Amino acid sequence: MGLLNKLDDPYYGGGIILGKVEDILNWGRSKSDWYLQFGLACCAIEFMAMNASHFDFMRFGCIPRTSPRQADFIIISGTVTFKMAERIKKLYEQMAEPKYVISMGSCSNSGGPYWEHGYHVLKGVDRIIPVDVYVPGCPPRPEALEEGMIRLQEKINQQAIFNKRKRIAEEDKQKELIINN
Amino acid sequence: MSETKRIEFEYSQIDSERMRLNVGPQHPSTHGVLRLEVELDGEIVTEVVPHIGYLHRCFEKHCEKMTYPQVIPYIDRMDYISAMNNEWPYVMGIEKLMGIEIPEKVEYIRLIFAELNRIANHQIAIATFGLDAGAFTPFLYLFRDREFILSIFEKASGGRLLYNYFWVGGLAADVHKEFKQDVLAIVKQVRETNKEIADLLLYNKIFIERVANVGILPADVAINYGCSGPVVRGSGLAFDLRKDAPYSFYDRFDFDVITGHGEVGTVGDCFDRNIVRFHEMEQSCRIIEQAIEQMPMEGDVREKLPKKIRPPKGEIYTKAENPKGELGFYIVSNGTDKPERIKSRGTSFVNLSVLPEISKGYLFADLIMILGSIDIVLGEVDR
Repeated sequence: MGLLNKLDDPYYGGGIILGKVEDILNWGRSKSDWYLQFGLACCAIEFMAMNASHFDFMRFGCIPRTSPRQADFIIISGTVTFKMAERIKKLYEQMAEPKYVISMGSCSNSGGPYWEHGYHVLKGVDRIIPVDVYVPGCPPRPEALEEGMIRLQEKINQQAIFNKRKRIAEEDKQKELIINN
Repeated sequence: MSETKRIEFEYSQIDSERMRLNVGPQHPSTHGVLRLEVELDGEIVTEVVPHIGYLHRCFEKHCEKMTYPQVIPYIDRMDYISAMNNEWPYVMGIEKLMGIEIPEKVEYIRLIFAELNRIANHQIAIATFGLDAGAFTPFLYLFRDREFILSIFEKASGGRLLYNYFWVGGLAADVHKEFKQDVLAIVKQVRETNKEIADLLLYNKIFIERVANVGILPADVAINYGCSGPVVRGSGLAFDLRKDAPYSFYDRFDFDVITGHGEVGTVGDCFDRNIVRFHEMEQSCRIIEQAIEQMPMEGDVREKLPKKIRPPKGEIYTKAENPKGELGFYIVSNGTDKPERIKSRGTSFVNLSVLPEISKGYLFADLIMILGSIDIVLGEVDR
């Protein structure tokens, strides 16, 4: 606070910042994302390495939660088989809004090395739940997952909170105009 | 201390209501996507039914469609924590079928990498076992060291977790120039951390109270279920393929087979299985040091790579001591470049089968510890 004391306050009201409430809310939301502690396959080991000392996931404000009710986003880390797919859908539905999905590794992106001959694999987890960020790699390095996390934070920062439907409709109208012209 | 925590009871004596509880597939302590159906009488586990198949990746189906070298990446993805060890028995089998003599340097590099991966695997096993018991700090220490081992693998193969490094007749690439110094530095680091882990976790009084006398696996039960690796050695049996059926250069080295002997409780409890892993890391360090001394640095690791891999008609079973136990591959060749059939003996699958037997009569909280002490990887259970 020493720095703030040195600053001049011309309005005698203790510092004023002009900005959108939305920006502050989004800033808070994007910097304290809690994730569901949930590993599927090989990528889960890299995900564990991400949580450990070298890469330190907690500096993104990400804290593991063991219940989907408390989680903000879920990382699908590994091969999604048909048997597991219905469970993942159930887990996603149990999460509270707003919720986000990171698809980690080529298996959950598209089926990966099992895409061609596998009779068991779901060819992309986006067939059952909406995915926000795809992280490529088999398995992706923890650095790649960090990049994916930063992308998710960017996405959250740009999201609309107030008059969401109205604004989305306006944006769609503008897009249509661009396409028509 | 020597009393077991198992609660003996007769089914007919208790007329309380049983509860069936579902654990998993999303559960922080099932080490993947294992689902357990547990029948409880109050707090006491009366029945455990493991449900597997949530990570079935049709390994054998892929073996029918792929050529011999193409199968190796799928073998990596079976036991993804110790991928180097997984590749070894497979390439050994095909080399035996084709009659390829591999250079001494290649064999030494394979051996060193396999032992390094054994250390990495045991580090994860002990770290996650600590996590299950509620100790988070050892996890951070052990994963710090694991990154150093992975950096060596990365320099050699390019991959951090799944390598595709052992090829039939050689290796994918040569090691870097400062390989020997780097490995010796890692060995030193592993030993230093192990001292800390012994104080921090394994000989901690809270931890001992939690795991001693829990999940006792008698030696005869372990043999009947076909267990191998630290699970059977924790019960006091000195069964190690590196000593009993020496492959590669293991007969050239001086190392001990660690067995559990009931240090703080009964022989074959969760503590014994874990302490076997802990002391095996030290033995691996000894093997690596001797191998580094004997290993020649000159020579080409790719000179014996065959242009076409077409083993003659025949069949072979090769096995090797994985960190988790005996991993075997039964390879049937029909003379073409694609295998007729490959059957693998998954270690974790066999070791998991003993879980319902040894967890009956313990408290529900102990079930998590018992599962953690078996150290399964679901990729290998379901394949």
